[in-house]
Amino acid sequence: MITIEHYLVISAILLSLGLFAVMTKRNGIAVLMGIELILNAANINLVAFSHFSTRFLSGQIFAIFVIILAAAEAAIVLAIILAMYANRQVVDIDLADTMKG
Amino acid sequence: MELGIWTFYFFALLTVVSGALVVFLRNIVYSAFMLFVTFFGVAGLYIFVGADFLAATQVLLYVGGILVLIIFGVMLTRKVMDVKVREARINFSHGLFLSVLFLILLLGIVFNTEWTKADSLPPGPTTETIGILLMTDYLLPFEVASLLLLGALVGAAMLARKGD
Repeated sequence: MITIEHYLVISAILLSLGLFAVMTKRNGIAVLMGIELILNAANINLVAFSHFSTRFLSGQIFAIFVIILAAAEAAIVLAIILAMYANRQVVDIDLADTMKG
Repeated sequence: MELGIWTFYFFALLTVVSGALVVFLRNIVYSAFMLFVTFFGVAGLYIFVGADFLAATQVLLYVGGILVLIIFGVMLTRKVMDVKVREARINFSHGLFLSVLFLILLLGIVFNTEWTKADSLPPGPTTETIGILLMTDYLLPFEVASLLLLGALVGAAMLARKGD
């Protein structure tokens, strides 16, 4: 019997892994991969709650919007990283501190 | 039904292990390919909660779109990374500590909460329902999302353009 806890545990593990990648990676693309893991964890939660806790498909619709946002975000992040690489020859986000943000 | 459970566990293990490899492998090209496996595993998990359309979307968009973009990014920025011998990661122990703490917190929440249960929808194709919902209840978010994608497209092309 598959229960909602199965899904929540998988999603929690993926979220922690993504968080770890975002906190520790230096390469901007590796950080982007961490963000994708986090978004996937959120999607698993949405779909699981939609199935186990409601009789509607709203969770799946939300997951579709999350996927759309992830696609837009990946395109923008890669464009920024490529622009940074073209100007500074690095993809290390620690070195992108000219603006002291 | 027994076989179904084992398949579910297979996909769950696939997702978690490849997700861990994405994070812990030092070579970013291997990480990108492991991400491929993770996305497939998540698509498999969607099947088990009756989200067939979403599983197909996951494979098409994540594996076919986002992952290809990421691999492009890795390949286009790789030359200098080979020369540079910087540490690939920082704050390793702090990050590990915080992530494990966060995981324990989340697992505590998962197992100590009484989740609402409802009778699930009978398994069946969801594509038609999703299409109708997107064109009725969720029409405004749908249009906003398409505007956002257009903006992201133009913006990404602007940023990545060579020259001035």
